Amino acid sequence: MNFKKILPQLLTLVVVILVLGFFSYNAQVNMENRGITFGYGFLTQESSFDVQFSLIEYDGSHSYFRAYLVGLLNTILVSVIGIVFATIIGVVVGIARLSSNYLIERTAAIYVEFFRNIPLLLQIFFWYFAALRALPLPEKAEPMFGVFFLTIKGFFVPAFVWNNLDIFIYSVIAAIISIVFVKLYAKKKQENQGIQTPVLSISIGLLIILPLLSFFLGGVDASVEIPVIEQLSKTSFTFKGGLKLPPELISLALALSLYTATFIAECVRAGVQGVSKGQKEAAASIGLTPNQVLKLVVMPQALRIIIPPTTNQYLNLTKNSSLAAAIAYPDLVLVFAGTALMQTGRAIEIVSITMLTYLTLSITISIFMNWYNKKIAIKEK
Amino acid sequence: MFKLVKRLTSVVAMFAVLFTFTTETMAAKKSKTLKNTQKKGFVRCGVSQGLPGFSNADAAGNWTGVDVDVCRAVAAAVLGDASKVKFTPLSAKERFTALTSNEIDILSRNTTWTLSRDADIGLTFVGVNFYDGQGFMVRKNSGISSVNDFKAGVSACTNLGTTTELNMRDFFNSKGIKYEPVTFEKADEVVAAYDAGRCDTYTTDKSGLAAQRIKLSNPDDHMVLPETISKEPLGPVVRQGDSVWEDIVRWSLNTMIEAEEYGVTSANADMMKTSENPAVKRLVGAEGELGAALGLDNEWSLRIIKQVGNYGESYKRNIADTGILPDRGPNQLWTKGGILYVPPAR
Repeated sequence: MNFKKILPQLLTLVVVILVLGFFSYNAQVNMENRGITFGYGFLTQESSFDVQFSLIEYDGSHSYFRAYLVGLLNTILVSVIGIVFATIIGVVVGIARLSSNYLIERTAAIYVEFFRNIPLLLQIFFWYFAALRALPLPEKAEPMFGVFFLTIKGFFVPAFVWNNLDIFIYSVIAAIISIVFVKLYAKKKQENQGIQTPVLSISIGLLIILPLLSFFLGGVDASVEIPVIEQLSKTSFTFKGGLKLPPELISLALALSLYTATFIAECVRAGVQGVSKGQKEAAASIGLTPNQVLKLVVMPQALRIIIPPTTNQYLNLTKNSSLAAAIAYPDLVLVFAGTALMQTGRAIEIVSITMLTYLTLSITISIFMNWYNKKIAIKEK
Repeated sequence: MFKLVKRLTSVVAMFAVLFTFTTETMAAKKSKTLKNTQKKGFVRCGVSQGLPGFSNADAAGNWTGVDVDVCRAVAAAVLGDASKVKFTPLSAKERFTALTSNEIDILSRNTTWTLSRDADIGLTFVGVNFYDGQGFMVRKNSGISSVNDFKAGVSACTNLGTTTELNMRDFFNSKGIKYEPVTFEKADEVVAAYDAGRCDTYTTDKSGLAAQRIKLSNPDDHMVLPETISKEPLGPVVRQGDSVWEDIVRWSLNTMIEAEEYGVTSANADMMKTSENPAVKRLVGAEGELGAALGLDNEWSLRIIKQVGNYGESYKRNIADTGILPDRGPNQLWTKGGILYVPPAR
């Protein structure tokens, strides 16, 4: 035991505990003085406010905890949509920036410089109010393919009405599991016998055949419900039936993905440029096709550079989704740290829960991306 | 375990409120808020982010409105100068936290007095300076002339975190109508979204509807439905636990209303010192020692009336003359058919 080594650590610990202790004591004294009670009992109380868009069944007769779930799921929904689109746009633009075609390269560069240099909140307002100005009223909406209606009150799309939905879901899960097995089998076969198996076509086949079987054998049945226009008053209309995506969700997802995509594009560009030219030339010299060069030599090395900064962008996007409150998209901040906080007045409890929730979300994304990063990292032997 | 969670949360929360909490002794003989206000030389007042007639800043940053006048009255009483007020514009979401965390000393921001707000979250409502009720605004050409004309699927824009949100649910539920609530944090966005056609109706307090209508692109295309679906007594709020300060704010407001009742105006207040009526003399500080009971001098009420005016003057200047609500409705004195009735100052 080296006492000299431990003493500073111990002192730091004591100071940290004392500081935290002072703050929590001070908070309790002040809350008592001001007659503010503390507790999480309110979570089970009836919330008595409604939310315009929810992935689970919810109305004001449910509890505050349920309202929390509604907000959390909406936050996750817009984050997932945003991450998917930001990745797609980012990869495309990132590669476009490396194009030898001057026009494509410049367009991509202008896009990146324009969108990453304007504050996100402004962009959200722009897309929202631009959407509200540009989109037609329900009665004037031109149907797309006869069944999609993009209006100021939302994007109305046909919805599936399912019978035995659970069996369908099981069939999809079964397909995914069998694909994993096929992949393992193919890998073993290649290692042992050097024979390649067409994994991709088998996987696609499985994904189509198993769910199809569930329709014929499992009694799964889906009908499509098409949105129908309905008159609310002399001059106001809406659509009934089908699925409704509120304009708030669309403009928020759009703003988030266009903004974050610029950063991802730069990560992708950096990653591809980071692979030395000699690698490509060496790969070509041993007879790999250009496709194989990209897939087997360039991408695995580029991904190592791309993944860590892209993880940051995913985290940013998730946290930035809290700007939803500005445009009435019912995310966690609007529903829980907004309305619920106001109606209960429990600022400390609700803010702490919200903080912990974002922390958990971010750490989950982090852990997943770190796992993926480790998987593709150079395995030193 | 639960206790640990509770502790942990307080710790987390402390970082949020670190800069706003100060330790306070309950036994301060004189009101701490009063002492601080006199030391600072201004009253810290929380107002709305812009509601014409209630609290609204002009291009030069001068605040006007009936809510603003309550704070000015307190400044006149406590500091002798109605202009010594520092206004903090607050959203509906921020307002109570700003008050309980000591960033402002009076919240005068068209805030509805309810039991849970009064009792549960460390606030005290001191009175009512405007009796309001929730209403609906619709487009004139919609053919909707009453709340009974709403149909399932109607979308309603409003501010989040208000009693409006709760009343709206009660109302539509009682009618058995499924509706779509679209809630924004700031009033300007609510107006913009309603104006663009995102919502079929805009619902909030009727005074608010009347005031916000001016901001629409074509105010004449819109109308407020006749029905009122809730009681919304709006009034100033103070922190719980400083009863002297609470009394000062309450009686500053009461003085304005009582002055109107006795016909004391900013113009004739000085002459009223020699009035025959002892109630009037007490009101302008020519008789009795009412100021001392509040820890103030005896001219406090006279200054309120001279510098801010009585309630009627404030209403006329801010709400009637601006065309927001020319008719005083329930906000008329009890002697003239309204429900403004304050305890006597004696």
